[in-house]
Amino acid sequence: MSELRDLYQEVILDHNKRPRNFGALEPADRRAIGHNPLCGDKLTVYVRLDGTRVADVRFEGQGCAISKASASMMTEMVKGLSRDDIAALFESFHHLVTAPDAGDEGDHLGKLTVFAGVREYPTRVKCATLSWHTLRAALEDEAPQPVTTE
Amino acid sequence: MNAINSTVRLQFDVDRLRAEFPILRQQIHGRPLVYLDNANTTQKPRAVLEALNHYYLESNANIHRANHLLSERATQAYEGAREKVRRFINARDVEEVIFTRGCTEAINLVAQSFARPRLREDDEILLTHLEHHSNIVPWQIVCEATGARLRVAPISDRGELDLEQLVALMQERTRLVAIAHVSNALGTVLPVGEIVREAHARGIPVLVDGAQAAPHLPVDVQALDCDFYAFSGHKLYGPTGVGALYGKRALLDAMPPYQGGGSMIASVSFEKTTYNTVPYRFEAGTPNIAGVVGFGAAVDFLISCDLDAVRVHEHELLGRATQQLAEIPDLRIIGEAHEKCGVVSFVYDDVHPHDVGTVLDQEGVAVRAGQHCAQPVMDRYGVPATVRASFALYNTAEDVDALVRAVWRVRDLFGA
Repeated sequence: MSELRDLYQEVILDHNKRPRNFGALEPADRRAIGHNPLCGDKLTVYVRLDGTRVADVRFEGQGCAISKASASMMTEMVKGLSRDDIAALFESFHHLVTAPDAGDEGDHLGKLTVFAGVREYPTRVKCATLSWHTLRAALEDEAPQPVTTE
Repeated sequence: MNAINSTVRLQFDVDRLRAEFPILRQQIHGRPLVYLDNANTTQKPRAVLEALNHYYLESNANIHRANHLLSERATQAYEGAREKVRRFINARDVEEVIFTRGCTEAINLVAQSFARPRLREDDEILLTHLEHHSNIVPWQIVCEATGARLRVAPISDRGELDLEQLVALMQERTRLVAIAHVSNALGTVLPVGEIVREAHARGIPVLVDGAQAAPHLPVDVQALDCDFYAFSGHKLYGPTGVGALYGKRALLDAMPPYQGGGSMIASVSFEKTTYNTVPYRFEAGTPNIAGVVGFGAAVDFLISCDLDAVRVHEHELLGRATQQLAEIPDLRIIGEAHEKCGVVSFVYDDVHPHDVGTVLDQEGVAVRAGQHCAQPVMDRYGVPATVRASFALYNTAEDVDALVRAVWRVRDLFGA
């Protein structure tokens, strides 16, 4: 059970139960759909832009605790950030959940470090990154195609 | 009934059977492996592993195309497996058994070689709502090519097919009925014999997707009178990458080839090629010879286990699991058909099945959490996915208890 607590940290369980910034954003400048056919996770990310910065971001959809908490915490982290800041943050986050030697990005990632436990569960990496891939699609493309992590 | 059960139980020695499956002896995350993902694929008994080994160590050569001794041995082993499979499903002729890559390829073969040339615009193929994607998508592909349409018979909240509604959909333009024998997502056993009778009374041929049935139920294709029966080897203790299609001889004889290549021809010139007879016409190229040999060994193994006893044993496991899981608050069993086989699917409160799967894995319990290649079934029940525990002859009552204990752990962790 203790190994599982490393994956399912209290913060993650809390964001799963009470996701922040959950629900559609109307009106939104950008919108993208992400889908993980392996487990059926599906979410939509909505973005309102202020120049190249994310003025507001929300998400809706269904998913496992990891994907929902990751989406929820992502929306909290990226508000006010520029596209480049977000790309750098995603890169660090991806490293955190995949690289065996990760662990020193603490300052940069802030509370996203609670997802470090995911790296012990390779099948769950896609859950943790689905919302990030979807946000990236929303930011990169004015009429994004649905992204899939398969 | 009790008296019969206890007699059978005396003959069925699950510990002895488990000893034939070396993989089951290991620990997962420090706990004994409890393998309950058998509807996905089963583990392989020593007899199958030895057959594969023996084939490669003693007999490996290409079949049907060389006159040396090894080729003769390989050919005999391959054709011997065909006869074993014929006997297993009680086909009349050994030529009615075609080896494929699996159940999926068997269905695709029928879709392309049987259905496609016959289908005209507005013709219909009739399915049920509980089909696996591999008994949906091949038909959609031929429908797209021909302008034919799919019709889908509904299922009830319990996961049962309403035979009357299915029969009502058998119309003038219905060219084929394609149904599962057992639902992989719900465990429902379909009344295949009755469905075939009703369809034949209207002149409609029937394909049965037997992937989930063949490991658990007696399959007698002559008694069922179905026109095609598709199943895979790896779900009945054989190797992956091999399956079989049974087809009635007269239908197979009239079907054009599925793929072109070696073995499937009688003679080839650039002007004209004539095709080989069945089953070879449908087995282009060098097949999965070792896989077929292993498939034959798996069939032998399964028959040697006393199929009636296996059925009683697996039914008891399913009953025990269903009863104990139903006692867990906020757990909902998906699929409560009167007649079920091998599978219990469930969702637990608002905990996502993927999370349940991870907790169970940590407890050593292997299940499948997902959509089970049956998205229409998930949509029917309004769930994103389910957790599915599925049983095989080597599972024990203790396995069921470990599953149930692990589900209680989910409750501890997620505080439902």
